[in-house]
Amino acid sequence: MKKPELYITAGSTEQIRKYIEAGADAIAVGEHRFGMRLPGEVTLDELETWIPWAHERGAKVYIVVNKIMDNEQLPQLPDYLRRVQELKADAVIFGDPGVLIAIRQAAPGMPLHWNAEMTSTNYETASYWGSKGATRVVLARELNLEETLEIKSKLPAMEVQVQVHGITNIYHSKRSLVSNYQAHQGREEAALNGLEDGLFLIEQERKDERYPVYEDQNGTHIMSSDDICMLENLHELMEGHIDSFRIESLLKPVEYNETVLRGYRQAIDAYCADPEQYEFQEEWLDAIREQQDPRRELTFGFFFKEQVY
Amino acid sequence: MELVTMLQQDLLGKRVRLEKPELLAPAGSLEKLKFAVHYGADAVYIGGQQYGLRSNADNFTFEEMREGVEFAARYGAKVFVATNIYAHNEDIAGLEAYLRGIEAAGVAAIIVADPIIIETCKRVAPKLEIHLSTQQSTMNWQAVQFWKEEGVDRVVLAREASMQEIVDIKQNVDMEIEVFVHGAMCSSWSGRCVLSNHFTDRDSNRGGCSQSCRWKYDLFTTEEDRSGSQIGIKELPLFNDNDDAFSMSSKDLCMIEHLPELIRSGVDSFKIEGRMKSVHYVATVVNAYRQAIDAYFADPVNYELKPEWLYEVQKAANRPLNTGFFFDTPDHEDHIFEPEDKAAPYDFVGVVMEYDEATGTAIIQQRNHFKPGQEIEFFGPQGTFFKQTVVDIFDEAGIQLDAARHPLQRIRMKVEQPVKPFDMMRKKMGKAK
Repeated sequence: MKKPELYITAGSTEQIRKYIEAGADAIAVGEHRFGMRLPGEVTLDELETWIPWAHERGAKVYIVVNKIMDNEQLPQLPDYLRRVQELKADAVIFGDPGVLIAIRQAAPGMPLHWNAEMTSTNYETASYWGSKGATRVVLARELNLEETLEIKSKLPAMEVQVQVHGITNIYHSKRSLVSNYQAHQGREEAALNGLEDGLFLIEQERKDERYPVYEDQNGTHIMSSDDICMLENLHELMEGHIDSFRIESLLKPVEYNETVLRGYRQAIDAYCADPEQYEFQEEWLDAIREQQDPRRELTFGFFFKEQVY
Repeated sequence: MELVTMLQQDLLGKRVRLEKPELLAPAGSLEKLKFAVHYGADAVYIGGQQYGLRSNADNFTFEEMREGVEFAARYGAKVFVATNIYAHNEDIAGLEAYLRGIEAAGVAAIIVADPIIIETCKRVAPKLEIHLSTQQSTMNWQAVQFWKEEGVDRVVLAREASMQEIVDIKQNVDMEIEVFVHGAMCSSWSGRCVLSNHFTDRDSNRGGCSQSCRWKYDLFTTEEDRSGSQIGIKELPLFNDNDDAFSMSSKDLCMIEHLPELIRSGVDSFKIEGRMKSVHYVATVVNAYRQAIDAYFADPVNYELKPEWLYEVQKAANRPLNTGFFFDTPDHEDHIFEPEDKAAPYDFVGVVMEYDEATGTAIIQQRNHFKPGQEIEFFGPQGTFFKQTVVDIFDEAGIQLDAARHPLQRIRMKVEQPVKPFDMMRKKMGKAK
């Protein structure tokens, strides 16, 4: 059977190496001017070496161009996309339809992954973006397992990526909310607001849940208080022919991400070697649990939930 | 000097604008629709029973849509229906019938975020115009170009777009552009917030938003703690005991002071937010913007904002007001960290149903408690605007009342100036005389 891909975002060339060595089949990288919520930047010059390096090891390299673009970024896009294609990157990940126009002009034929974060929620819309050139849809994390599997069953010709592990973004603003709050308090001097500052919010009625928050040039990002972990249920997604499993690397130590990759690698390999006899091994998960931040629960996210509206 | 320069800009400006922009108002119910149109909206947007983002609003049945469309048509106004959810698999069945129903009701356009609703609409309800919702967070002209090629008739830009970005988009693409000019704002990119899903299991992108951005939060930082034998983690509050809490709550948008710039930017439709707002709110805000737009087009060179227009929208406001992203990225003064004081100082207490010129008396439909001796204010779309004290009040049988306390009761009272049906009566909040 076709093995599902194990995917992770890398924030440096060092991370590309480590994550591939830990079992990743696909690495996403990018620059902050075009990509959102990257753990760090990898430049095109660096990719000149690292795309061939990854390809030699059978791994793919995708370029993250998924931010909501302003007019200002448009003129820079064609050169960037042209080079991405010359460097033989395996796909461009996009959300803004403006990028489609730029791709048509600068990098026609480039495979595209449609990732509109929390708004990719049904198979018809995924199929619509497929007709515009997307070869893959990255599903919203707020879908449950039934919805996820139904989407894949309706999209035999399109790849479907599902996040199976890690933190998720739950709120994105263009505003600088953390700096603004500190300015309101008169704390401007000591402004803490970045990815590395360990900031989190506690909603006053939910004292046990810590929601990480940080700012960057794309605004303010609030993240989930729990980490999705689908390792023990991964076979259900594999039975449903999900094409790519996404590990979210953001706000985690590199060593933790390596452990997570190794766990999922083992599960995928064991399942694909013999789907009939496959059994989940508790020790894969134990290795992750050992390194899990005790303040953050491992959960099934929305996979087994019903939401109302 | 500055005035002269401004006048020259007006006269010699890049864009000579002859057509008024559309004033687009929210209508959470049939009654609100009628008031919005009567008070001067060129178009209203409503929600139907499905596929909209305000599942708590008093949404329209097809029959009510038809009635709304007929009422609006008498004023030359149009009705749009918000079908702006991001659909899930289970929402797909039923979409065709729903869109056909909207089309059959005579609605002019749907407001859409999810491309599958666009595609379905083009196929099954081609008479409907397609307006791309702000939920798509459209910020650049190439994205607008994309949607134009897809057959979209109008794009509602992201609320993050600045005046300059709007001008650039208008100059690069021939597309109808709509922007929000007034009302509450998501502080996130629209559609890019699932706080509700996480806090309350309510799906924000299908109408379940629980407004978690308005809640109170505490902000902490994390530090390594090297005091023990092992390196641990120390959590430090980034607030003092008396500090205001952290919140994502944004002030509300108000652009009435900047209408000339907005008009010159070429924006085709000015949108007021608030399908959940009261009939008094909608009437007051529409009235103010209507008067300002009309005054500008009557005499662009000598146009000046009348302080009472601003004062009027402030009377209806629920939160402090600001100009969003139009001129600057919002800073700390554009957010609400302080405890919110209830800003709206006026209560809507009655609607004029009839007026008898001979006796100077009006029939008022009661909408909230009022009684003789209280100071009230009348206002209406055709210039009604005066204060008076409530004098003797009677029910329709002529029995004198000490107070108007029954909802929707018809009350007869003397008014000091002529009034017209649909004129509104309000009083200062609180029980004081």
